[in-house]
Amino acid sequence: MRKEGYLYTGVPSAQELASFPGKPSEERMSKGRVAVVECLQEIPCNPCESACKFGAIQIGENITALPCLDEEACTGCGLCVAQCPGLAIFIVNKAYSETEATVDFPFEYLPLPEKGDLVDAVDRAGQVVCQGRVVKVVNIPSNAGTSVVSLAIPKEFADDVRSMKRLGE
Amino acid sequence: MKKFETEIAIIGAGSAGLSAAIQAASAGAKVLVIDENKRPGGQLFKQIHKFFGSQEHKAGIRGYHIGEELLRQVEESGAEVMLDSLAYGLFPNLQMGLIHQGKAAVVEAKKYIIAAGAKENYLAFPGSTLPGVMGAGAAQTMININRVLPGKKIVMVGSGNVGLIVSYQLMQAGAEVVSLVEAADKIGGYAVHAGKIRRAGVPILTSTTIKRILGETEVTGVELVDLDSSFAEIPGSERIIDCDTVCLAVGLNPMTELAWMAGCQFEYLAPFGGHVPLHDENMETTVPGVYVAGDVTGVEEASTAMEEGNLAGIAAAEALGYLTPADAAEKKQAVYHRLAVLRSGPFGERRRQLKQKQLAAMETYKKKMGGAAVQ
Repeated sequence: MRKEGYLYTGVPSAQELASFPGKPSEERMSKGRVAVVECLQEIPCNPCESACKFGAIQIGENITALPCLDEEACTGCGLCVAQCPGLAIFIVNKAYSETEATVDFPFEYLPLPEKGDLVDAVDRAGQVVCQGRVVKVVNIPSNAGTSVVSLAIPKEFADDVRSMKRLGE
Repeated sequence: MKKFETEIAIIGAGSAGLSAAIQAASAGAKVLVIDENKRPGGQLFKQIHKFFGSQEHKAGIRGYHIGEELLRQVEESGAEVMLDSLAYGLFPNLQMGLIHQGKAAVVEAKKYIIAAGAKENYLAFPGSTLPGVMGAGAAQTMININRVLPGKKIVMVGSGNVGLIVSYQLMQAGAEVVSLVEAADKIGGYAVHAGKIRRAGVPILTSTTIKRILGETEVTGVELVDLDSSFAEIPGSERIIDCDTVCLAVGLNPMTELAWMAGCQFEYLAPFGGHVPLHDENMETTVPGVYVAGDVTGVEEASTAMEEGNLAGIAAAEALGYLTPADAAEKKQAVYHRLAVLRSGPFGERRRQLKQKQLAAMETYKKKMGGAAVQ
């Protein structure tokens, strides 16, 4: 039997997702937009730390250390999402509405979706989880080619949806 | 026969060679960079992804932008880049043979920096010579340099960073990556790279290999087979999947021919890609005046190649008297620090240990030669 976990499948196991230093608490998530820094492996990399104007992502001198999220300092502004070379940061908003959450994720495929489009929202393994409504697409020059797509999805899928199916497939 | 005279000749206009040129020429040395290609930049212009590291390693910047920046700095530095020039031999009298724009020529330099890079490994299996089977690096050149899609349905072999990154870029270019297969039981490259292609729906099949390729005149599919923990095929696990292209990302091998010819001493370090030339902290080999930098010293990555190039350039300029020992030492310290950071963590640590081994072998060799002229 094949083993579980990101080292073996490229997808973190439920156990690995239960705790990592870039994960906000459920309480913080319920209050609104917050970064989920899904960086689980020690690689030499730290652009997320300097991307955050609020000092909410900390790595320190040793740049292979995992990024730690200061969930109270994080405003959910999303500046870090396009600055992570590993495309591993997401902004989740579980307080978007009564029934919906939003997930912002980096997206580097063309064509880009447009606001209002209905797209297939996928999980970390690329499986379609639900339909998502595009609420925003940010593609500013400082993102250097990494667009950030924001999808509104049913709230129960906020911890699963991490991207969308490529268009024009 | 045309003769090119210079102080420092650098072979290879990639990450390492250009960095070396910038350092040496800015210090005042006369530098000639030689490359067989029609464009400088080595692999950098194929690297459309954002680099890792910290700000001082140009993290967050896409490789081709780093390439553009290096070329701008080379121009500023006054180093000359000579393209369409194939270095075919470095002779013991330290003359270099060149095919320059189709004609034989000679280079005479006081110092040589070999920054020739690495070449892709191949993998042989039934059908592996069919059109449609290619190195992942070749596919990356096709999509990112020549803007040609090698195929529509791709199977990638190898889960190191090259296999993972090229899979991602093939999808960005519009292809479908049907599967990525890996003989080991775990993924070789960075989890974040694997995560990107998983989110895009690509299955990563570990403990799996290609048994054969289907097709008479071109690739029409592959037969995969599961492997046990000792890499033996598991009978009955064979299955066929459709594809039109198979990309091999199964490691790289340093391009050491010139260093062998010059008489450099070598050490076999398998995780570095095979035989690698011994060198000291200045990147100088056992042949005085011959330096090495980048993948030719052991396959790592573009960030480390740039830093090794910086070291070789600083050291060669110092040896020619363009930098005082104190100035050179200060510059080198900064590079050592950046290299140490790149060679840390679970991935970098092994490379740091290998590098230590390579440097130690150089020390042993020097001692054995007992302080006499090394040559």
